[in-house]
Amino acid sequence: MAKSDGVLAVELSGIDKNFPGVIANHDVDLRVKSGTIHAVVGENGAGKSTLMKTLYGMHQPDAGTIKVNGVTQHFRSPSEAIAAGIGMVHQHFMLADNFTVLENIILGAEPANGPRIDFETARTQVHKLAESVGTKIDLDVPVSELGVGKRQRVEILKVLFRGAKILILDEPTAVLVPQEVDELFLTLRHLVDDGATIIFISHKLKEVLAVSDEITVMRDGTTVATVLPSQTDRRKLAELMVGSELPSPEGRDSEIRADISLQVEHLTVTSPGQRDLVHDASITVHSGEIVGIAGVEGNGQFELCSAILGITPSTGKVLITGHDVTGHNTHDRRRAGLSYIPFDRHREGLMLTAPLWENTMLGREHMPQFNRGPLIDGRSARRDAERVIERFDVLTPSETVPAFALSGGNQQKLLVGRELSSEPKVLVAAHPTRGVDIGAQAAIWDEIRHARDAGLAVLLISADLEELIGLSDTILVMFDGEITAKLDPAKVTPEILGTHMTGGAVEAA
Amino acid sequence: MADENNDTIAKQLDTGFSGLLKKITTTSNAGGLTTGLFTLASSLAAVVIALGICAVLLAVTGKDPWAAYTEIVKTGTQSNQLLEMMKRATPLMMAATAVAVGFKMNLFNIGVEGQYLFAALMASAIGTQLSLPAPLHVTAVLLLAMIAGAAWASIAAVLKVTRGVHEVISTIMLNYIALSVIQWLFENWFRDNSLELNIKTKALPVSGRMPDIVKDRLGGMFIVALFVVFLYWILVFKSRFGFRLRASGLNAGAATTSGIGAKKMIVIAMLISGGIAGLVAMQSVVGEIYGYGPNATPTQLGFAGITVALLGRHHPIGIVAAALLFGFLDSTSAQLQLAEIPSSIVKVIQAVIVLTVVIVNEASIRWLNKRTAEQTAARLVASDVTAGVSA
Repeated sequence: MAKSDGVLAVELSGIDKNFPGVIANHDVDLRVKSGTIHAVVGENGAGKSTLMKTLYGMHQPDAGTIKVNGVTQHFRSPSEAIAAGIGMVHQHFMLADNFTVLENIILGAEPANGPRIDFETARTQVHKLAESVGTKIDLDVPVSELGVGKRQRVEILKVLFRGAKILILDEPTAVLVPQEVDELFLTLRHLVDDGATIIFISHKLKEVLAVSDEITVMRDGTTVATVLPSQTDRRKLAELMVGSELPSPEGRDSEIRADISLQVEHLTVTSPGQRDLVHDASITVHSGEIVGIAGVEGNGQFELCSAILGITPSTGKVLITGHDVTGHNTHDRRRAGLSYIPFDRHREGLMLTAPLWENTMLGREHMPQFNRGPLIDGRSARRDAERVIERFDVLTPSETVPAFALSGGNQQKLLVGRELSSEPKVLVAAHPTRGVDIGAQAAIWDEIRHARDAGLAVLLISADLEELIGLSDTILVMFDGEITAKLDPAKVTPEILGTHMTGGAVEAA
Repeated sequence: MADENNDTIAKQLDTGFSGLLKKITTTSNAGGLTTGLFTLASSLAAVVIALGICAVLLAVTGKDPWAAYTEIVKTGTQSNQLLEMMKRATPLMMAATAVAVGFKMNLFNIGVEGQYLFAALMASAIGTQLSLPAPLHVTAVLLLAMIAGAAWASIAAVLKVTRGVHEVISTIMLNYIALSVIQWLFENWFRDNSLELNIKTKALPVSGRMPDIVKDRLGGMFIVALFVVFLYWILVFKSRFGFRLRASGLNAGAATTSGIGAKKMIVIAMLISGGIAGLVAMQSVVGEIYGYGPNATPTQLGFAGITVALLGRHHPIGIVAAALLFGFLDSTSAQLQLAEIPSSIVKVIQAVIVLTVVIVNEASIRWLNKRTAEQTAARLVASDVTAGVSA
């Protein structure tokens, strides 16, 4: 408990973590001094969550060492991490709504009196704990009656009650209003003064600069720098987050054509009781053009795509090759020439237990070549799957294996192949190369460029700036549901992109 | 040379059962066929395990399991008992198919019970009012039953797509409502008051009756049931509509982004399920009692259908096989009592079979999926592909 400089509460060195076909963490080093607030910042997909899961014992690293208070640890489960004094406050609260605050805090670690729960002892303990962190909270209210800020406080108390001295907070401010953020920071300071250590995950640079003692920046699965807030500013951090050298856009031989393939006018997606998920977005994509959408994930990109597809209800207009498809369903929009590479191939793209040939037919099963009257022509569908496999270089022994048997990169190639096989006029591509290896990435980029040269209009949503700048003719930035900037990929700098993506430009304005 | 031989023999013995399975799964490239054979093998294994468990139960209660099983086989395989088996399998096939249609898109129609009873009453009541030539009249009665069954099921479908009510809750509740509605309709409008003891609707005229295949032993509905299962196979596994239905069941998210309207599919699947459910009691209506009667029309078939569908893994051949197996076991229960073996053992066997089939199949399919993933990766050994079974 002695708080002395130089003692490391957490020391991660050389951490590698691979998932099939994906390198999630590579050579990560993180040193967190005891009794400090240490922020870990980075874009979505930079590997922050993977790293924290490693530290919390939710999975094991492939290489590297974890030291907690100077002792090397090999956590096999979160309970072992908890025993070592590490606690995690999740972004999505894990509370039982109809239990009281007290019951929630002691749940799973109840002080017992024989077979009975010793509520008296529990109450005294929790009360003392709450006082020590400067929180006033009624222990007998059901959690369902609490606001988000209070619930988060309950989560923190819950973790402390289990003896945690090192707290991991995963995007704790994402759900809070500004006043609650201030209160949270006050609590965190209290905790640190009492000897706790806090690891604070965020991508909100302003907050990070305000609260932390040290900041480690992650990019592309690795740690790129550790800086002191006093020696940096928002711009420098943003630059570290997105990388100091942005790739230059590739030259192209084909021309953007005059005719508009996708036109989105004043599209708004509302959400009851909240601000609009997408607010007044207007986008124009010409034939042969790629328009990229940059932004930290969760700023309305998913809802925008879903509305263009006609799944999420929206106001405004959508035109595909001049045809007004507003009010039409997804099937009609697809037949008008729309194609979609979804955000998550497992949730929205593939039928994992179905054979590849059924997967390549999905969404195209109405095409005459697959039909004999009302029946499916299985032979023709299998031949078509063979063609997709061949053309898009999908590594598989045959077209009859189930989709789950393929690696992530090959599943994605199959999906891209399917979506480009319907001869679309407009392709909405959400993270088309997320979680695939470099070879598959290059192949998918080539296919998209090739289709663009043939006149395809592409709306590209990506968190990978190399992809965005390398492919796009125009980059739009989405922040908080709105399109806040239109940038030229040839002229964009990491600084500009970083500030726009983290809302810096908006706040400054 | 001799050593080598010994080695191979030892190895074969060593690998034993898992080696055999490995052979089964590696020799064939056609995933469908392998999976089919594998499912069959594991289902049979499950039935054997279930019989073993029941033997223990019998032995514990002081009965001789061997005597019981020989009695079941002896009585069950007599020719008129086999007809009895087919007769009892008839409604089970249709009830199971009704459940399976819904299940293929993750809709759990627990309301087959209410749907078929409602259909039996409506088809009987309206069917007696019609005057049509023989083949048309029967057809009309069957169609009426399907419409009535679908209509009752449509309530659950509408509740689901408009109000988001889970179909399990609504169909269970609708079963109770159906019983009351049927009783009210029957007592107030459809009861044939000319009969004193035999409480029924007015009897269907001869033109509305289905001829038997074997006089008084096996009704014509057996053929209809087989035909329904065949249509189910074509519709769900071979047609474009069926592809969309299965896609919605396999991954609703992928189906939606592919332009398959979830709500439309829910409504259609529920109507088809209800329509087939409408036929469940038709053997009784057009083949045996020629109408509906609260004490004459068979009940509980809807729930038995869920079990049969589960046992048959929602596959047409599986459903027929499972229905026949249950029909067989049911057909022996009366005879068992004469042999002083508790007939309830049949129900116990049925329940244990279902449990073991579910457990064994689930375990074996996981194992098979893992194997498939590993083999696919192994075949691509030259590349850097790493296959993973998705969680």
